[in-house]
Amino acid sequence: MTQLPQARPSPAAPSDTAVAAAAITARGLTKRFPGGQVAVDHIDLQVPLGSVFGFLGPNGSGKTTTIRMLLGLIAPTEGNHDVLGSPMPHGAAQVLPRVGALVEGPAFYPYLSGRANLARLDAADRTVNPRSSTARIHESLERVGLSAAAGKRYRNYSLGMRQRLGLAAALLRPRDLLVLDEPTNGLDPQGTREVRALIRELAADGSTIFLSSHLLPEVEQVCSHVGVMSRGRLISQGTLDELRGAASTRVRVVTGQPQEAATVLAGLGLAVSGTGPDHVAAALGETESERVTEALVRAGVGVRELVVERPDLEDVFVSLTGEGFDVDQ
Amino acid sequence: MSTSETTVLLDRPARISSRLLRSELRLVFTRRRNVAILAVLACAPVLLGIAIKLGSHNGRGGGGPAFIGQITQNGLFLAFTSLVVTLPLFLPLAVAVVAGESIAGEASIGTLRSLLVVPVNRSRLLAIKLAAIVSYAAAAAAVVAAAGVLVGFALFPTGPVTLLSGSVISLGTALLRVALVALYVAAMLAGVAAIGLFVSTLTEVPLAAMATTAIAVVTVEILDAIPQIDAIHPWLLTNWWLAFGDLLRDPVALDQMTHGLLVDAAYIVVFGTLAWARLTTRDVTS
Repeated sequence: MTQLPQARPSPAAPSDTAVAAAAITARGLTKRFPGGQVAVDHIDLQVPLGSVFGFLGPNGSGKTTTIRMLLGLIAPTEGNHDVLGSPMPHGAAQVLPRVGALVEGPAFYPYLSGRANLARLDAADRTVNPRSSTARIHESLERVGLSAAAGKRYRNYSLGMRQRLGLAAALLRPRDLLVLDEPTNGLDPQGTREVRALIRELAADGSTIFLSSHLLPEVEQVCSHVGVMSRGRLISQGTLDELRGAASTRVRVVTGQPQEAATVLAGLGLAVSGTGPDHVAAALGETESERVTEALVRAGVGVRELVVERPDLEDVFVSLTGEGFDVDQ
Repeated sequence: MSTSETTVLLDRPARISSRLLRSELRLVFTRRRNVAILAVLACAPVLLGIAIKLGSHNGRGGGGPAFIGQITQNGLFLAFTSLVVTLPLFLPLAVAVVAGESIAGEASIGTLRSLLVVPVNRSRLLAIKLAAIVSYAAAAAAVVAAAGVLVGFALFPTGPVTLLSGSVISLGTALLRVALVALYVAAMLAGVAAIGLFVSTLTEVPLAAMATTAIAVVTVEILDAIPQIDAIHPWLLTNWWLAFGDLLRDPVALDQMTHGLLVDAAYIVVFGTLAWARLTTRDVTS
């Protein structure tokens, strides 16, 4: 009890012995609210260690409720989950200090300054050294570009400054996992760029980042992995490339002989999805585009243009959620 | 000490850390509204003292609250009278404001979730909140008593104090009695603090929690004033509030105050447990 181990120079790293390949694992996590509404419906989430995981979904799809469950703020109706290798909420006291979180927008005392707000949160953390508090607060404010406004009352902060202060709170100490719920909400384009750069920087330092967002470009720009939420269900998850691959690559041929071209494409086993007076489109699937060109030329079809359309995330998203329109038109 | 100023993490989590408690006390005692309430409470003895001073010139010394007659003989009694006057409403109201704010206030601005994910254990948070409210209650009682003593000394004669039992004690001993009375009042207000803390866990609207707590106290006082139900009076917190008068006797009669403290402790245990049961199982969705 009285024996003190040697001071550890570096932040706590995930122990080698723990089965900690995943930063977050959720099994059948479900939240049914007292009204009977199912906000989160049996999701099985796998967030690999070291990934930047984009938690994508429209507003109201259950992202924030999931995050609240992951952090132990609300109790799941069914299912269970581990964070950084420890079962929650049992391991909260050990695990949560290593997790920096920004849940559903920043929340601070309006009558305190930014600096005093951070001091309050730092005082609540029993695992940090109180003597380094001032230096760490200074550093995290610097990191989010809020040093100049540190003495201002939170009440007088703009939405962007509030968001930055929320990020500063998550950066008060080194973290193994950052859970950021819509961190660029309310930021101007410059601020958005800065926050995205910060996220990349944190990821490069080895933190796992769980980033919830309803903005496709954001996820596409900074994330290595994606999970797609829709109406409380996790309908897809994997690396960004895996997810893009899930929607088929398309080929579009501009030609003066669309009927003949369609026949050739069908002959190659491609599903023709549409023809027009001067073009034909089909799902490419696993077929190489070279073979398509070759077959068309052999059949004597004049090809003016052949375009392979790789789906962007938006197409994937629309095809997965079934929300939106028929892309082909 | 193995922690230099550059070390970020402690070797192991601090088993006992007063940082959050100190932060909470700072939050409660530097909040302008709470300071203003203490300032208003300090005005009560001033108004009372002036009124009695004017009244005594007009030769209308009789009637009024307890000890009021003694004030013109010894200013120290202004402290007791001030506590008697502020205890039914002003002091519980002050405590209700801070107690109602405690959890509901954090929930309404969202800082409850920020604290819980730090993480702060929910039971620990409650204990710290209760400690801070009780500290504020003690400060409120102390402010009234201290202002009473100061104004009393300024407006009325001082010197050895004649107690209710007729014996005379020195001014120093009498001041000690004042401190004990303030302490007893603070202990009684701790019961209100526990009620307020529980109510505060039920809602995300701090004003509702404050109002509910104040109404609860007034309701108990009304029940306490209905003689037909005197069977339940011993179980009512407010029934014992003015028992501190026994501290002004020689020897001090302890049985009433002991009763009061036991009932008070029961309120703290019951409402503290309810608050704990509520907060530790509550979904924090604000």
